[in-house]
Amino acid sequence: MEITTGWYLVLGALLFIIGGTGLLIRRNPLVMLMCVELMLNGVNLSFVAFSRTLDDIGGQTVVFFVLVVAAAEVVVGLGLVVAILRRQPGATADDLSLLKG
Amino acid sequence: MRGLSQLVFVGPSIDWWALLPQMILLGAALLILLVSALAPQRTSGGFSTVTTLCAAVTAYFVALGLWSDVQTEGPSASIASALGVDGFSIFFTILILTGLVATALIAHSYLDREGIDPPEFYALLLCSAAGAIVMASANDLIVMFLGLEALSIGLYVMIAMHARRPEARESAMKYFVLGAFSSTFLLYGIALIYGSTGSTNLVHVRDYLGAVVFRDQHLLMAGMALLLVGFSFKVAAAPFHFWAPDVYQGAPSPVTGWMASIAKAAGFAAFLRVFFGAFGAHNADWSPVVAVLAFLTLVTGSVMAILQSDVKRMLAFSSISHAGYVLVAVQSTADGGTSAALFYLFTYTFMVLGSFAIIGAMGADGEHPLDRYAGLGRSRPVLAMAFTILLLAQAGVPLTSGFVGKFQVIAAAVGHRSYLLAAVAMLSAVIGAFMYLRIVMTMYVVDDGAEGPSPTLHWTVAIVLIGTVGFTLLVGIVPQFLIEFAEDAVPVLIRG
Repeated sequence: MEITTGWYLVLGALLFIIGGTGLLIRRNPLVMLMCVELMLNGVNLSFVAFSRTLDDIGGQTVVFFVLVVAAAEVVVGLGLVVAILRRQPGATADDLSLLKG
Repeated sequence: MRGLSQLVFVGPSIDWWALLPQMILLGAALLILLVSALAPQRTSGGFSTVTTLCAAVTAYFVALGLWSDVQTEGPSASIASALGVDGFSIFFTILILTGLVATALIAHSYLDREGIDPPEFYALLLCSAAGAIVMASANDLIVMFLGLEALSIGLYVMIAMHARRPEARESAMKYFVLGAFSSTFLLYGIALIYGSTGSTNLVHVRDYLGAVVFRDQHLLMAGMALLLVGFSFKVAAAPFHFWAPDVYQGAPSPVTGWMASIAKAAGFAAFLRVFFGAFGAHNADWSPVVAVLAFLTLVTGSVMAILQSDVKRMLAFSSISHAGYVLVAVQSTADGGTSAALFYLFTYTFMVLGSFAIIGAMGADGEHPLDRYAGLGRSRPVLAMAFTILLLAQAGVPLTSGFVGKFQVIAAAVGHRSYLLAAVAMLSAVIGAFMYLRIVMTMYVVDDGAEGPSPTLHWTVAIVLIGTVGFTLLVGIVPQFLIEFAEDAVPVLIRG
């Protein structure tokens, strides 16, 4: 059976959905960060698959930009997680509930 | 060996003059960091504030020069059409620089009072302003995404800088998680647009969509829907608004002002550029969806605002309903609608920055109960009057800029024959007015003879208040110059 581009797109979409679901249901801040990465990598896979189909190098360059942005985002995210865990050891997303209306 | 001579890399031509506003801001950020690192002891905020203000004013003059270039020679694009220079981008550059000046002035006394290190704050503020400008002038979806991330990452840290307060940490974490979540939606939308049109460049996307009739446009529709979700998160439009009240309440007040004004304006700038500029051929597909978003946003914003007892949460919901008015203008898909949206965003920025200047001066930001304002009209009549004018302008009272803005938005909706939406917009203005009047009443009508609050007002905050209140009244009385400015600033996508 031939593996067409569609397969990669479906895999990308699945990774995106798994990451998105994980972000919504997991309560550990570190796991939530990992889920964001999973979503971004799903998108990256779609970019590369499209780039291959369109025979256009643009989509592959985009992936490098996204990797850099994801790294910058994780730096800030980990900083926030450390700042929170240092003052409230073992905090989960449920413990962050001071603000409510 | 013939390949080597052909492998010489030829970069795109770069119009440095067009990039100057962003570069000045980034240069100022680097300068502040460098000086603060080399300085023998912790410097006071003065140097950072002055550098930020100088950079903003210089960039402002460059933007005016670019504006006159665009008026005489027409719009252009630079760096392989990745960055556009048109009335639209310069309009938002000026708006963002104005917000930068106001936020820098508000933050000066605030940082001093709360004991936050100023250099890092101003460096991040400058970076996020540069990101916002990139976002408003991007002609390429990926460049727009990079601008958005520069704006957001700066904001995440600025919210968390008040790290001793648990509310600020929680607010930063919430904004970070939801911001990252929405960015991935936006990016996935970009991927699908790329897949269906073959480029991330907006000029190419527009030409392609104008020329090609799709036999199967599911991919394109999914891409547009994901982009819409991503933008709705960023501008806090219902049903993607739920983060806004918590984040606005927990963030330091100057940062809340920056978030409510400039982050929202930059989000709308990118929204308008992509949907008006590039997806113009598919108006009929996205306009009804935006109309539904506008309806939900207006109703949620104005109804939920009444139920709050915390002033910062009230203004958070009010900013949600303001996003609804802009969306009402956006869904009309006409040039008149765009200029109405631009006018609204410009006037709204002044009102919201002034309001958060007062809120920042009124004290700590974890809790900001309405009672704190009881009797302000007696103890500080001028301050109370300024707040009253800003609140009434947000409610849309005649003789203020808010009235002209709301009038234009509703006129655009009527021009598009969306009468129901126009009626809902007017109705929610009435509901919203109740909330603003509640704050005004609290300031002026008190039963007991107790002394009202007397906050210390730093002169920098006073300058911001004079500027914002003055502008709000000026535009309310003679709106014509701003209307013409907004009409000249409709986005034009051009190949460079």
